[in-house]
Amino acid sequence: MSTATLDKLEAEAQTSHNIKVTFRVRRFNPEISDEATWQDFELEIDPKERVLDGLHKIKWDLDGSLTFRRSCAHGICGSDAMRINGKNRLACKTLIKDINPAKPITIEPIKGLTVLKDLVVDMEPFFQAYRDVMPFLITKGNEPTRERRQSAEDRERFDDTTKCILCAACTSSCPVFWNDGQYFGPAAIVNAHRFIFDSRDEAGEQRLEILNDKDGVWRCRTTFNCTDACPRGIEVTKAIQEVKRALITRRF
Amino acid sequence: MSAETTTPAVNESVSLFDADNPAPVIEPPRKRTKKTPKSTRTNFELYGWLFMRLSGIVLVVLVLGHLLIQLVLDGGVSKIGFAFVAGRWASPFWQAWDLIMLWLAMLHGANGLRTVINDYAERDTTRFWLKMLLYTATVFTVLLGTLVIFTFDPNIR
Repeated sequence: MSTATLDKLEAEAQTSHNIKVTFRVRRFNPEISDEATWQDFELEIDPKERVLDGLHKIKWDLDGSLTFRRSCAHGICGSDAMRINGKNRLACKTLIKDINPAKPITIEPIKGLTVLKDLVVDMEPFFQAYRDVMPFLITKGNEPTRERRQSAEDRERFDDTTKCILCAACTSSCPVFWNDGQYFGPAAIVNAHRFIFDSRDEAGEQRLEILNDKDGVWRCRTTFNCTDACPRGIEVTKAIQEVKRALITRRF
Repeated sequence: MSAETTTPAVNESVSLFDADNPAPVIEPPRKRTKKTPKSTRTNFELYGWLFMRLSGIVLVVLVLGHLLIQLVLDGGVSKIGFAFVAGRWASPFWQAWDLIMLWLAMLHGANGLRTVINDYAERDTTRFWLKMLLYTATVFTVLLGTLVIFTFDPNIR
């Protein structure tokens, strides 16, 4: 029985599942031209593979000058967020069969940040907004001799926003951020939310004050682009609304 | 295997840029840096946001009621004339209705346009002058309307 299954598997492995896919990549190289251009690559690839595998294939076999970021390649490090078929996704979590390989697959850098080369953007403004909300535990008084205890319910309160991997898919899908980089953006607000609603943290009021300013949560237009874009399934817009509610209930 | 989709543009500019002389990158408008934004520490945006929600609810009643009375009930739009307006403004109730509607609608609209300007104007000078134009128009309309409601004289002729 088992050998039969194995034989079948082997036979399947030999018959190729590969299909022809066109990757239409937005190329920009400041050392060659000041204009970005589309370049088509044709690949033979298994549709169950990911877009990142296709990009690897291009970089390793076809054109070594293709530049993109990736580290873990398994959806944890958050370095390969890009605009695939017009939607912000992680290349390492997007299967080719899920994005209609019959048509050319367009791959662009994420919007609203300076493109440095091909798919690599300058993330500095994004991380500056992240730093500005003080994403670290702040407490008063002496350090406890044991760990800081927290009930399961208190932990559950901000569980959703702990999942953020800072890939910038949400912030670079936000139309307000596209036009005004001074807006904190969804990712910074999500990471502020993670500490504002942490029962162990004592600087929630300070963070709320920062997000209450003119470039804070009140610029959110609730277009839900961020929630759609998040590869971790964080309810980003809901988190922003919770910060708004906290501001209103604590001010009145 | 690979095919250039737009070859002419690339070939033209090949001679212009190289490793020592790279092309300028396109910076996003109003990029965040260490020094921005300056903190104002006021609740203005909070009040603005709240005002939009609350005035919106009140305006639904006021504006729909206004449209119903003016355009549908009792002969519709053909009944409106100097005498009709004079008759309505003889009552303090309708004076108050129109005054509240004027103020809420103007401030609601002005605040909405202010956020639109904030969202869409890229350069600081454009932003500033658009807002100045908006504020001037708002103050002018509100003051003029208020003046008319309070000083309206039915025996003007």
